[in-house]
Amino acid sequence: MAPVVENKWATKGSTPKALEREPLVLNQRSLGWISDRVASIVEGPTPKWWWPAFLISASVAGMMFAMIGYLISTGVGVWGLNQPAGWAWDITNFVFWIGIGHAGTLISAILFLLRQKWRTSINRAAEAMTLFAVACAGIFPLVHVGRVWLAPIFLAPVPNGNGLWPQFRSPLLWDVFAVSTYGTVSLLFWYVGLIPDLATMRDRATSKLRKFAYGFFALGWTGSNRHWSNYEKAYLLLAGLSTPLVLSVHSIVSFDFAVSQVPGWHTTIFPPYFVAGAIFSGFGMVLTLMIPIRTLFGLEDLITVRHVDLMGKVVLATGSIVAYAYGMEFFIAWYGGNPNELYAFKNRAFGPYWWAYWSMISCNVICPQLFWFKKIRTNLVAVFIISIFVNIGMWFERFVIIVTSLHRDYLPSSWGYFSPTYVDILTFVGSFGLFCTLFLLFMRFLPMIAIAEVKGVTPQADPHHPLGGAKGEHH
Amino acid sequence: MSKPYGVIAEFDTPADVMAAARAVNAAGFKSWDVHTPFPVHGMDEAMGIKNSPVGWFTFIGGVCGYTGGMLMIWFQNAVDYRIIVGGKPLFSPLFAFPVSYEMTILFASFATIFGMLFLNGLPRLHHPLLRNRRFAQVTHDKFYVVIETADSKYSETETRKLLETAGSKHIEQVEE
Repeated sequence: MAPVVENKWATKGSTPKALEREPLVLNQRSLGWISDRVASIVEGPTPKWWWPAFLISASVAGMMFAMIGYLISTGVGVWGLNQPAGWAWDITNFVFWIGIGHAGTLISAILFLLRQKWRTSINRAAEAMTLFAVACAGIFPLVHVGRVWLAPIFLAPVPNGNGLWPQFRSPLLWDVFAVSTYGTVSLLFWYVGLIPDLATMRDRATSKLRKFAYGFFALGWTGSNRHWSNYEKAYLLLAGLSTPLVLSVHSIVSFDFAVSQVPGWHTTIFPPYFVAGAIFSGFGMVLTLMIPIRTLFGLEDLITVRHVDLMGKVVLATGSIVAYAYGMEFFIAWYGGNPNELYAFKNRAFGPYWWAYWSMISCNVICPQLFWFKKIRTNLVAVFIISIFVNIGMWFERFVIIVTSLHRDYLPSSWGYFSPTYVDILTFVGSFGLFCTLFLLFMRFLPMIAIAEVKGVTPQADPHHPLGGAKGEHH
Repeated sequence: MSKPYGVIAEFDTPADVMAAARAVNAAGFKSWDVHTPFPVHGMDEAMGIKNSPVGWFTFIGGVCGYTGGMLMIWFQNAVDYRIIVGGKPLFSPLFAFPVSYEMTILFASFATIFGMLFLNGLPRLHHPLLRNRRFAQVTHDKFYVVIETADSKYSETETRKLLETAGSKHIEQVEE
């Protein structure tokens, strides 16, 4: 007789009830409600606060362009740069903005591959944030070269007047390729995601102009399943391409520093540390944007407290990686036995820029640790405040790495102290104006939540779910 | 009089349209399609659609990007204008890797998107279905089965009957 194996998990007399997944869209909203809710933001009248917000942002952006005009017409001397700090706010701002972009790609690509369905209600806006952040980032390295009109010659792989080509051993050139590829692929990925929603906007349009504009960019999308089949495969492949891309971009940005010989820069921990920091700062910015947006536009059922909670966990995880990297840098500076390296780190924490270092530690190491508590992760006001601190802290991180390493390197005779000029400050402030201007335009003219994707994760969209019309038993 | 393009049948839920798709596929139609507001999981199998070949475009794009990057750097730094840096060899795949890697991704992404559009026959700004008022709900919350008159199995009465049996409450002919 065969031995009877008792299954201790089996319940007697009744079949176990299938566990229902927690819905991603609250209040059992219908498929039509989702397109109505998201599209009406674009179709409805301009909110009263939009015009003042837009005018202020656009003026601040205009100020940045004025500063850039002054810089180009006069020379990079209008910034506080000089020996020994030949890089300061310009590259700090570049790394700061490019890092912010990384959260958008993480949400759109990596969370897609990991099948984190909650990404659908934030990915569109996060990807837009990526594009605008990359646009802001691109400005700084472009204008810091001085003679901007010659930029195509030293950025693009074309020979200069003497027939000399770019030097491909330089990480700075790798960076040009990494950032321009990143900007281009992010734009393509974002646009592909927009196609079905542009078709929704086209089909709802009441005016001829709208119908033409949305229809033109929707490329004639009809929701055909034969098209969806190729579309979904292409989307998956783009997510698969964007994932190694986003990891490589900030690795290559970190090579700008790590491949050099400057104490405090020449470390192998930089690529993973920069990538983690980028995702950390990017999620900080996503939270800073999403928390007001969900309230302003009444999107509480789509961007739920659970989304904020989950993003808080990502901030906590990446913030802890960053904290570990800060500690490990100090450990290796001591353990490596290189006096210049050790000095660079002592100087960071206790030298003339101690205030920047400790601002960074308070914002990036201490603040995110509050996210261990669910009470704080689900308190929107607290999350918003912490997210601002994360943004500030990550700007300081790049400033600390760049300026404290440069201002005192090997020869004490060439030490110095960098202070920004008003042009430095106003250009950086102006980049926020540009970012906000672009984001406000995005919110006004494009569906800021991926309508088709959100519909796809509701139970009504599942042909095997009773709400999706399934009859009889669950599969 | 314009000639008919095909017949559209409207459904309210993904499960209903999927059952109809199974029936149409079983009846042996070739020129037909299902239109949905979002990709319905399992519809490819119900319609008998094979795995999408977009990946081939991606692969070829990636290979072109990588070899193009390597060749570009080799030509520029080791052939056309030789630059000796630090006494190192004129070309090594190691220093050429980061740029070639980025170019792999760039070319593969473009190939993926253009491949997808090519396979879908897009952009196509005029389509008989887009002129139909009712069909506009396909991007909102309705699901459609469309059978073209070009299909050899198409017959005005029989096809309509098939879609009615499948449970459609609204069947309409669409003009070319």
